[in-house]
Amino acid sequence: MSDYPLPVSQVIDPSTSASERVTFLEKLHGWVVTVDHKRLGILYILYSTFFLLVAGSEAVMIRIQLAYPHNHVLSAQVFNRFFTMHGTTMVFLVGMPFLFGFANYVVPLQIGARDMAFPRLNAFSFWMTAFGGFLLYYSFLGGAGLYGVGNAPDVGWFAYAPLTARSFSPGHATDYWALALIVSGFGTLGTAINIIATIISMRCKGMTLMRMPLFTWLLLIVSMLTLVTITPLTAAQFMLLIDRYLGGHFFDTQAGGSSLIWIHFFWIFGHPEVYVLVLPAFAIANEIIPVFCRKAIFGYPAMVAASVCIMFVSLSVWAHHMFTVGMTSVSNAFFTLSTMLVGVPTGIKIFNWIATLWGGRIRFTTPMLFCIGFLFQFLIAGLTGIMLSVSPWDWQLHNSYFVIAHFHYVLVGAVVFCIFAGIYYWYPKATGRLMSETLGKWHFWLFAIGFHITFDTMHCLGLLGMPRSIYTYQPDRGWNFLNLVVSVGGLIQGIAVLIFAYNFIVSYWRGEVAGDDPWDAWTLEWTTSSPPPVYNFEEEPEVHSRRPLWDLKHPDDPDWEYES
Amino acid sequence: MSSIPVSHPVRNAEWRLPSKRRVGMTALIVGESAIFTIFVVAYVFYMGNNLTGPTPAQVLEVPILGTICLLSSSLTIWRAEKAIEDDRTGSFTVCLGATIALAAVFLTGTALEWKKLIYQDGLTVSTNLFGTTFYSLVGLHATHVVVGLFLLTSIFIFSLFGWVDSRHSERFGVIALYWHFVDTVWIVVFTVVYLIGR
Amino acid sequence: MQTRHAQRLIRRSSASAWLLLTSPMLIAQGTTPSTLAPASTPAHQILDLSVFVVAITGGIFLVVGGLLAVALYRFRARKTDPLGEPAQIYGSTQIELAWTVIPVLIVVVLFLTTARIIFAIQDAQKPKTALDVTGIGHQFWWEFRYPKYGVVTANELHIPVSSDAAPAATFLKLTSADVNHSFWIPQLAGKTDLIANHVNTMWMDPQKPGLYLGQCAQFCGSQHAMMLLSVYVDTPEQFDTWIKNQQQPAQQDPAVVAGRKVFGGQACMNCHTVSGTAATGRFGPDLSHLMSRATLASGAMDNTPANLRQWIKSPDTFKRGALMPAMQLNDEQLDQVTAYLETLK
Repeated sequence: MSDYPLPVSQVIDPSTSASERVTFLEKLHGWVVTVDHKRLGILYILYSTFFLLVAGSEAVMIRIQLAYPHNHVLSAQVFNRFFTMHGTTMVFLVGMPFLFGFANYVVPLQIGARDMAFPRLNAFSFWMTAFGGFLLYYSFLGGAGLYGVGNAPDVGWFAYAPLTARSFSPGHATDYWALALIVSGFGTLGTAINIIATIISMRCKGMTLMRMPLFTWLLLIVSMLTLVTITPLTAAQFMLLIDRYLGGHFFDTQAGGSSLIWIHFFWIFGHPEVYVLVLPAFAIANEIIPVFCRKAIFGYPAMVAASVCIMFVSLSVWAHHMFTVGMTSVSNAFFTLSTMLVGVPTGIKIFNWIATLWGGRIRFTTPMLFCIGFLFQFLIAGLTGIMLSVSPWDWQLHNSYFVIAHFHYVLVGAVVFCIFAGIYYWYPKATGRLMSETLGKWHFWLFAIGFHITFDTMHCLGLLGMPRSIYTYQPDRGWNFLNLVVSVGGLIQGIAVLIFAYNFIVSYWRGEVAGDDPWDAWTLEWTTSSPPPVYNFEEEPEVHSRRPLWDLKHPDDPDWEYES
Repeated sequence: MSSIPVSHPVRNAEWRLPSKRRVGMTALIVGESAIFTIFVVAYVFYMGNNLTGPTPAQVLEVPILGTICLLSSSLTIWRAEKAIEDDRTGSFTVCLGATIALAAVFLTGTALEWKKLIYQDGLTVSTNLFGTTFYSLVGLHATHVVVGLFLLTSIFIFSLFGWVDSRHSERFGVIALYWHFVDTVWIVVFTVVYLIGR
Repeated sequence: MQTRHAQRLIRRSSASAWLLLTSPMLIAQGTTPSTLAPASTPAHQILDLSVFVVAITGGIFLVVGGLLAVALYRFRARKTDPLGEPAQIYGSTQIELAWTVIPVLIVVVLFLTTARIIFAIQDAQKPKTALDVTGIGHQFWWEFRYPKYGVVTANELHIPVSSDAAPAATFLKLTSADVNHSFWIPQLAGKTDLIANHVNTMWMDPQKPGLYLGQCAQFCGSQHAMMLLSVYVDTPEQFDTWIKNQQQPAQQDPAVVAGRKVFGGQACMNCHTVSGTAATGRFGPDLSHLMSRATLASGAMDNTPANLRQWIKSPDTFKRGALMPAMQLNDEQLDQVTAYLETLK
């Protein structure tokens, strides 16, 4: 807790006036029509948390089905819809909205701005994303309805052509997939444009690009990457709909079309997409780790350079998802090299984090615990990524449970862990109350243990030859026991997430009051009240270093004397 | 955060940041360029791979008039930008009107071309790979022209009422930026479809 | 003396470490399609490369993970810490340069080692003695053709064993009749996709006779999970016998003429081929030597009369989503056609 008196004027909160009593409907209306970045950020987070529970349930069902060979909990058709929806939901309705939600809430506060550059576009983008999600889930009700899960997409989250052609996917399942993602893609594009314009054009006085908090820097990079990441998918999905409805031949192998071009387009989107998901995780870690080891981040310029490097190089690695489609040996070699190279700036970031911890005074609060988990897990994920980049080995590992283990190590072990860290860290700012540390630690340890039981074991299944996307497996292949172990870990993670959900909800009313700066942090958002007033800052702040609040708290030893 | 107790060596010079509108439009243009790139790649990938049906060489006529008109409209909209910056609203209205007229000629040319292709040459989006990729790419571009035309016409009507002056020059500049983007895309599409592809 | 003792200690501890690391693998049984039990040159080369990669990445893990663990332990906040903040270190050009250069060097080493194997496997010269097989993927079964022998079969691939004395590689050309599939027998080679309008090639030279399992490794629709693969690696004599049998036209046993009439009269011949008869359908598997296969429906069930009869009666029993329709035959027709198919050895 910071007890240093901050020269921030008292907050005048108009809504505490006794004469104004707001009805529930008026409150709800306020939330629906809001253009305030803080409210929209919270809406994104609530939306993603809801879909995290939904997609998590889908995962639990998948694991129950696969706990035993020839299990009959889910039929083949239902299973295929579940794993398609699990992947699609987690990427588009959980990952992206969580991260854009954090961006929405935190970025304007960190740069000393009043709101995002285009508040109405902000609201429009949120509702487009939300509507896309609802459209995707409405598919469960179409066709035969909930029993047999209706028309939910069942073509895998990468929807390879020609499986998605009219002849192989009759009905509307694929159309729900394409349309829902096109719609939410427009929302994503809008948010990316908004974040870029906000960060470039609305920084407070003195905040040069090299004085921005790393969270903001990384979100600028992510948003720029998003511009050229989500758009190829939108283009490919338009092509798919033209094929399905206007008789087009983009992916029609009968007319000379190519399945390979879908695969290329999808992964031109798909690979940078995972960087769009993981860079914000880095962004969150960049804020939390320094605060809880009481040191400035080690090597800020290198962190910026490495992130920019990652942005560019990540656009050149996509075909490492395609080592088995029959590219030439030279192409395979090229993509092996580019993929290995993108590991270099990524590794540098890990070294910088360790150097930040080195010599510090580490406080093991819940957000920090999740960041520590992130560090170990991202290290391992990066190393299994290197293994997969070795294309001959990938010829064995591709489409096996090894790959699933690897990308869940990144998406859960790094991204979800950092999302949890970020929620524990900024929840007090947004609500004025701290989440329970005790429940937080239960959440962390159960989740980490469950995570490792599941995903460490899963690597073995891949090495033993078990492919992905299968609703069952033969009992004589030696996979039985390992699958059961993986499933048990999944259930443990589910329990952990329920503890989190409980903590998240109940702390709003019963959490300890947080104050402006419960973590004794150094960036501008901690100079406002918790929650901040609707206008954020009474006067536009003026900064002279990367840690304006450090300068205030340590007038004898300000950062600007040391920053290069 | 209004008072910093210690004297600091660097006084923040006048703090000027790029215009958020220009940045936003530039970002949108980058995203749209990616979409167009994918459609161009598909067009190039499938060039010469048709199993049946009319080929580009057989049915495509180079739309010289339309291209000249569209590219000239970049010039006229630039004149309009300069005019509104100097508060010359009359000149602005005229140049904007010229831009719209030139774009309309372009669109009409496209419409006539498509009419010929569909009814005379029997080329539709489902005929063959050329049909699919041609209509998608050129159609995507034409859609962007239509959107631009809608925006420009609205402003034209506002300016006829005398509601537009130099205070709006930055916003008009952003729309002009979009229009220049549309023209640049046409240069690429024209080169790929009518020059290389034939 | 001390070094030998140390060596023994290291050997024993690395053996037990290896055992610990691979113990989950020991749960695997003899029919496990394990990438760790290669039986063919490409699979061997891949495993050797992977051991090298694990050594390097394992080393990185130990160093970096170790530093992380040490940092967390050494620099944890203690009650005895002095007041105020610790020394703020903003960076160090030398250290940062070092940990940029070293990873790049590691990448160079890894890449060069990998590139060698890529070219060795992908661009291997096809020997003159190689066996050519064409594999065509279907939803949800495998078609195999032996062009030089004029043989067409399904789901169970027979290839000759290769030895130093008598090298016998098999070169496969792979494509698809519908959606994307992937041919994966982990013990014999990495996987290769089957894509319509596109021919991929791969090769294997198994060194031990036996049965090797695999399955389709690219999601291809509802019954992707049951598009299983069996590769029988035969001794030269076994392969010879098998091929000669496959080259014969289908048996025409007069005892089952009733069943043959059912087969010919119903729509069976529209999808299936039985060599030497009027049935020349190509949509479903070639049935000329159905009884030479150990399983039905690409591994979904054992090839027994009861299973065969039930399959024809209702494919959904075993493989719901398979493209074979229920033929709506009555019991008598089912008995007859099953008896007929049972003669197609």
